[in-house]
Amino acid sequence: MAINNIWVFAQASNGAPTSGSLELITKARSLGGSISVWVAGDGNAIAAAVGSYGATKVYGVDYGSNLAGAAVASAMKATIDGGDAPDLVLFPQTYEGRDVMARLSVKVDRTVLTNNIDISVSGDSVSVTTPIFGGNTLVTSTFTGSAPYLAAFRPKSFAPETSGGGAASVVAVSVPDLGATGGAKVTATHVEETSGPKLDEADIVVSGGRGLGESAKYELIESLAKILKGAPGASRAIVDAGWVPYSYQVGQTGKVVKPSVYIAAGISGATQHMVGMKGSKNIIAINKDKEAPIFGIADLGIVGDVHKVLPKLIEALQGR
Amino acid sequence: MKVIVCVKQIPDPATPGALDSSSNTLKRDGKLILDESDAYGVEMALQLVDAAGGGEVSLVSMAPNSETAGLRTALAMGAAKAVLVSDPALQGSDALTTAKVLAAAVQRLGGADLVIAATESSDGYTGTVPEQMAEVLGLPSVTFAKKVAIDGGTLKADRQTEAGYDEVTCSLPALISVTAGVVEPRYPSFKGIMAAKSKPVDEVKASDLGITPVGWAGAGQSISNVAQAEARAAGEIIEDDGESFGKIVAFLEGLKVI
Repeated sequence: MAINNIWVFAQASNGAPTSGSLELITKARSLGGSISVWVAGDGNAIAAAVGSYGATKVYGVDYGSNLAGAAVASAMKATIDGGDAPDLVLFPQTYEGRDVMARLSVKVDRTVLTNNIDISVSGDSVSVTTPIFGGNTLVTSTFTGSAPYLAAFRPKSFAPETSGGGAASVVAVSVPDLGATGGAKVTATHVEETSGPKLDEADIVVSGGRGLGESAKYELIESLAKILKGAPGASRAIVDAGWVPYSYQVGQTGKVVKPSVYIAAGISGATQHMVGMKGSKNIIAINKDKEAPIFGIADLGIVGDVHKVLPKLIEALQGR
Repeated sequence: MKVIVCVKQIPDPATPGALDSSSNTLKRDGKLILDESDAYGVEMALQLVDAAGGGEVSLVSMAPNSETAGLRTALAMGAAKAVLVSDPALQGSDALTTAKVLAAAVQRLGGADLVIAATESSDGYTGTVPEQMAEVLGLPSVTFAKKVAIDGGTLKADRQTEAGYDEVTCSLPALISVTAGVVEPRYPSFKGIMAAKSKPVDEVKASDLGITPVGWAGAGQSISNVAQAEARAAGEIIEDDGESFGKIVAFLEGLKVI
């Protein structure tokens, strides 16, 4: 058995597939076989885009007001039972990706390996690589038992590259009767607008942590980010404390960022945080505690008080 | 109202994690504590039962060596009882097996109106166990809930999304995973700590729950390699002398980003 049929769970934002989806389709091309994409919503909206990255089919799930998890996983299971059985299913490590893969994993009674950054196929054997302990150790696991193999990948694990393929064919899939599992319905959707570049796409990210001392001081982070035309981010500690919305969080549970420059102010560098920003090209850290783990990965580390360093830095940059 | 909270007992995150060199599993042989992420779920459960005007909060946990230290913390916060699944055969279990074990523990307690979990554990962070449990139990689920209330037998939650949040309603019984910060966990009182010592912990083996195979035998993966990642080269670390901001400016200039 080689890998002949790969599914990719894709997500769309404003009618276009997310870069996380495109990178998985790109990677799937190197693993062999045909590529079908699944999306919660209308497959026609993304057929041309995912086709140009190498997918030949799009399954669009009309999921109505259901949450994607139970709806898409049920549609996938029905399709497998109908005869189109994948050897490998790739998911982005996102809120919806996690729900769909977890539900599907139970339905097909196969393990799902999450938080991966790489995958390789050698004959019948499929292996994935996961960073642990804040990324200092890489664990490679090989699937055992029979396909389908389910794996999820952290955003930005691969670089998206077009294949020049034509539009993918579209298959509309309805959601099977979900029974009790369909009891959750979305009644309203809220978008939390942020001005400036998006956190996971910005070339410069300025993040603040507990070292800021109080919620009002987050203003320093926002000012610096604005001057540098970057995005403001945050550690889990201050998100948990309610200083900033969850969407600002950089780390294991939040966004993965790989900007040219990452400035960590008042962040000690918990494993949870480092996993999300370690891939930044250049890291500047400002922290009072010279033993803070963040200094272990900083290209420039300032052992000092963020309340003294940041205002001077902002002033110096404003004058330019 | 009956609420069951999934709690994980983990090595203290303040001490660096390590892999057992023979089994490649996370070392969990030292003292374990309540995963801080789970304190939010315990608090949420206690508040929902209060708001409902009565009921009970129970716990389910899977841990090696009959560990109860973390469970006692949650019992001291106000949970009434716990089912602990502790079994050497469970070492190496994958997330799917863990979900089946915890789902069976929920059933051993007779089910619940609501099952609460954290979004992921702080040590293994696979992040799929709550939703897998929901599927095993045949329940609807709301993951990444950052605000939760129960109104007339229906659960209402704000669910975190990539772009913001969704308002979701959900029939009961259901399972939710809650984000850290959903509520402010209480500190156990002295009275609570004393009371927790005598609260019932029902310790069972996987076979008592009818689950086989477990551990590595049931996992759909084997670890084929463990390697050190390429370390980042050490950078320049300086003490702030009042002028260190100039260093940052020069660094940014060197990168041509300003």
